[in-house]
Amino acid sequence: MAFENLTDKLTKVFKNLRSKGRLTEEDVKVALKEVKLALLEADVNYKVVKNFIKSVEERAIGTEVLEGLNPGQAVVKIVNEELTKTLGDETVELKFEPGQAITVIMLCGLQGAGKTTTAAKLAGQFIKKGKKPLLVALDVYRPAAIKQLQVNGEKQGVDVFSMGDNVKPVEIAKQSIEFAKQNHHNVIIFDTAGRLHIDDALMQELVEIKKNVTVHKTILVVDAMIGQDSVNVAKDFNDRIGIDGLILSKMDGDTRGGAALSIKAVTGVPILYVGMGEKLSDLEQFYPDRMANRILGMGDVLTLIDKVMQETEEIDTDKEKDMMARLKKGKFDFNDYLESMNQMKKMGGLSSMLGLMPNMGISKDDLEGAIDEKQMKQMEAIVLSMTKKERSNPKLLNPQRKHRIAKGAGVDIAVVNRFVKQFEQTQKLMKQMPGLMGGKKKGRFGGFGGMGGPGGFKMPF
Amino acid sequence: MEKEKGGFFAKLKNGLNKTRINLLDGLDSVFHGFSEIDDDFYEELEEVLVMADIGVQTTGEIIEEIKTLVKVEHIKRPEDCREYLINLLAERLDIGENQYLFEKERSIIFVIGVNGVGKTTSIGKLAYNFKADNRRVLIAAADTFRAAATEQLEAWANRVGVPMVGAKEGTDPASVIFDALQSAKAKDVDILLCDTAGRLHNKKNLMEELKKMNRIIDKEFPGIHRENLLVLDASTGQNALNQAKEFKDACNITGIILTKMDGTAKGGIAIAIWQELGIPVKYIGVGEGIEDLQKFDSKSFVKAIFDND
Repeated sequence: MAFENLTDKLTKVFKNLRSKGRLTEEDVKVALKEVKLALLEADVNYKVVKNFIKSVEERAIGTEVLEGLNPGQAVVKIVNEELTKTLGDETVELKFEPGQAITVIMLCGLQGAGKTTTAAKLAGQFIKKGKKPLLVALDVYRPAAIKQLQVNGEKQGVDVFSMGDNVKPVEIAKQSIEFAKQNHHNVIIFDTAGRLHIDDALMQELVEIKKNVTVHKTILVVDAMIGQDSVNVAKDFNDRIGIDGLILSKMDGDTRGGAALSIKAVTGVPILYVGMGEKLSDLEQFYPDRMANRILGMGDVLTLIDKVMQETEEIDTDKEKDMMARLKKGKFDFNDYLESMNQMKKMGGLSSMLGLMPNMGISKDDLEGAIDEKQMKQMEAIVLSMTKKERSNPKLLNPQRKHRIAKGAGVDIAVVNRFVKQFEQTQKLMKQMPGLMGGKKKGRFGGFGGMGGPGGFKMPF
Repeated sequence: MEKEKGGFFAKLKNGLNKTRINLLDGLDSVFHGFSEIDDDFYEELEEVLVMADIGVQTTGEIIEEIKTLVKVEHIKRPEDCREYLINLLAERLDIGENQYLFEKERSIIFVIGVNGVGKTTSIGKLAYNFKADNRRVLIAAADTFRAAATEQLEAWANRVGVPMVGAKEGTDPASVIFDALQSAKAKDVDILLCDTAGRLHNKKNLMEELKKMNRIIDKEFPGIHRENLLVLDASTGQNALNQAKEFKDACNITGIILTKMDGTAKGGIAIAIWQELGIPVKYIGVGEGIEDLQKFDSKSFVKAIFDND
């Protein structure tokens, strides 16, 4: 990623500062300066950022710093909570008209936002909910826009209503309602032409449609990569036409998507879906907390802090003690390996967990080079391809068995060999260094360390 | 159209109107709202530049330079900063004059970018410009992924009156390119315009696909002038920098087409991209009409932004 992770940055800022107790004004100001930059880099509108920072500042000063967090992390925690709150506390579902009554949905937005593709994706979602959608082609301007909707409609198995490109959109919209009634469609999706928010004539066209046809939900489709202008676009569309919801497209890119925050702050309308890919099934519910993390560039760090706290309580301590004892003796077998993998998965995977430990004295880059989640999956497949006996007694593995395992896991025999070899080395290493495993109070992470794939056992925890 | 007085310049100015108003609104309040140059002044300046999508980093650099100038030149009044800022920005965007030679040569123009930025439309407009210039043009419709993309381009080709090579949806785009190259040889065309499917720059496979098409062109037409143009939506924020970086890694980008400049209030990302990656903007789209794609000229661009009447 082009930017330093915000958590890393803040950790650096607060390196020499370990004030306990409550956040001072100074702590908050220093931290929020970095937060401001992070938000601006994420394309959150400057004015929105200013207001947001102000409200966080008021809330943060004087707040207690939790045990185990440094002031920077404490501020991020508050920032994250406020962000999530602004983005909408919970996932909002699109509401349909009751019973078999027709729900009319109109998609609008700038050129190239992804309306036509989103229309087809939405139709697919509605079918899954037991609805009978109708796509209506109101883009009579862009060459082949109607054809595009027809092709996508066909792929989704949805009827497409069009009257060519010589009829006014208002007229097509009116007729489509009749068509839907006759053919028992209960959701209508208008795919309108892309237009600039400052294009008077085209904006008026949308107003006319709403005047002549009852539109239940007007949804603005916005490219997630949009910059500072998002606020003007959303405001103009909302003021002129009135919008009820938002869909962010192209979220499968690497944009931080700050527009989501800007638009939400300015219009107050909920974000309904995010487009996550080019396939027609790639439309997902919107989760405010994930979005908040993404905008800050923190991965899922905070969610993980919570998760770890939960898991710590849940994991069976006896079982763990048992495992630790065997670890120290170097009697670590494949069952233990599986067990620690499962624990790790519960906490959201390795790479996201790494962000949790900014103070381990290892840079994140080192770790990312050493561990690859894909490899972890491969390792898991290898272990799962072993018999129970093999798992508890690694010494059983002979070339013949290894060949079988390789086939079962769908990997090359060399991969299996390397894995087993590393496993043995790790066993040895653990036997030699019992202090490493038991030394730390929170040694529970020790179990995972060894088997991160090739080179993985270099990890110092 | 009749209402506009002077062709190219008036049109450009018209297209940039929104940019102009926005920047000027901000700048005027900065230059006139303060009686001296102090931290508040610089903060306000930062706000205006960031709001234009110039980006935090480039904005910081510009402000540092202004600060130095203020010291060296003993500038006292905020409004005097204006002249310096205009010069500074014009300098940033100046791309030199030898960037359009390919229009007169035999060349292959390969057009790439993320989804929905206006690649197909830009190709239609480019074809129109070249045709008007009496060049023999051929279009390759290598977006075989998006539904009806080929039909869309075909409509443009018919409108302009140039031939097009295309294939069914789902065909390997590299094979379309190959066919187009053969056709270009047979028809002895001057300029081959290649449309490609929109792709997000973080999709490895799709970027590999681009490289493959590139290799085929190089193999079939070694030594011909290659122009790889990245199309960017002017309303895109800081992600445009990532896009430019990634596409540059995959293909040697020679220039940028900045589209939808008539609607967005900002065009600042162009400054950041030139500053950070040294990729020049070569064309800008300033309207929906077929003739609304223009060569990028930094002087009139900046002038149109700051010209008050």
